[in-house]
Amino acid sequence: MAQVIVVTSGKGGVGKTTSSAAFATGLAQSGKKTAVIDFDVGLRNLDLIMGVERRVVFDIVNVINGEAKLNQALIRDKRVDTLSILPASQTRDKDALTREGVAQIIEELSQDFDYILCDSPAGIEKGALLALYFADQAIVVTNPEVSSVRDSDRILGVLQSKSRRAEEKKDPVKEHLLVTRYDANRVERGEMLKLEDIREILAIPLLGVIPESESVLKASNTGNPVIMDEASSAGTAYKDAVARFLGEDRPHRFIDPEKKGFLSRLFGGRAA
Amino acid sequence: MSWLDVFRGNRKPPATTAGAAKERLQIVLAHERINRSGDDFLPRLQRELIQVVARYVAIDPKAVNVSLDRGGDMSTLAIEVELPPAAPPPTGRDAAAAGRPAV
Repeated sequence: MAQVIVVTSGKGGVGKTTSSAAFATGLAQSGKKTAVIDFDVGLRNLDLIMGVERRVVFDIVNVINGEAKLNQALIRDKRVDTLSILPASQTRDKDALTREGVAQIIEELSQDFDYILCDSPAGIEKGALLALYFADQAIVVTNPEVSSVRDSDRILGVLQSKSRRAEEKKDPVKEHLLVTRYDANRVERGEMLKLEDIREILAIPLLGVIPESESVLKASNTGNPVIMDEASSAGTAYKDAVARFLGEDRPHRFIDPEKKGFLSRLFGGRAA
Repeated sequence: MSWLDVFRGNRKPPATTAGAAKERLQIVLAHERINRSGDDFLPRLQRELIQVVARYVAIDPKAVNVSLDRGGDMSTLAIEVELPPAAPPPTGRDAAAAGRPAV
């Protein structure tokens, strides 16, 4: 039986799709058969971040409507062979996604995959509710910023009341905090919420801290999940987070400001 | 910071904007968490409690307060029933009809 993981946040633009792409790739690189589903119907973007936009033939709505078989719509990743992507459709019909349809897709994927990652759209509307409904675990992506933390708190409430596990009164969805766009230097200057403060407020276990990094934009420019950029801080932070998710004990990095040497202070060092 | 500050020295650490962020978040979330899942059943719970209690003790329906506090480690459901000083025989008639929305 596959584990269903939702990557969610409430707020938009905090890094859900970047994190979904990185996490799915990381799980697959660890040998886990992983499928990642884009739930953002109407605003599909996971395909671009994963670099498979030109290979999209069918999408999740086609499968739900019976216009295509699931394995016709699934895109096998060419870099990691244990990874598949199910794209969202570009239709504007918000009712295209149904709970029964999604249930059937997840049921079918469960037979072949170890992990099913659901990349949630922003908000707490239908698409977001469906993305989290079937979840066994949730990765809550949060920026060190007031609106993001507030929305994360809100989405945690939704997970605890509107997920299938909540409705069927099973064990609750296992929650993980993933702090993204963290800038240790700004934290030190008192301009950004501290990691400890976010943890204290949201009170869920910390999975990882992804530092603000130029490599994230570079990765999306070329359609390579940032976790494949092993020289970058963000890439290694995602690798650590995946390892922790799979039970490894790794210390958190990038939470203290880098000690700059004389030369880099003189010429200005950039975050890799 | 003006150049005079150099001579004044750092007498007090400046209040950081991050500190303000944390404080504001804690306040707003404390309010939002109370309203989160309690509002579904609290009014009904309060109404039914009043009915049951009024069967045995004469109470003022307005003197019943039900509140739900959700915390990180522990949540408490507080039911406060204020009993009148003298105990007239229970009626329970009008008590059952009333009930004000909780929280």
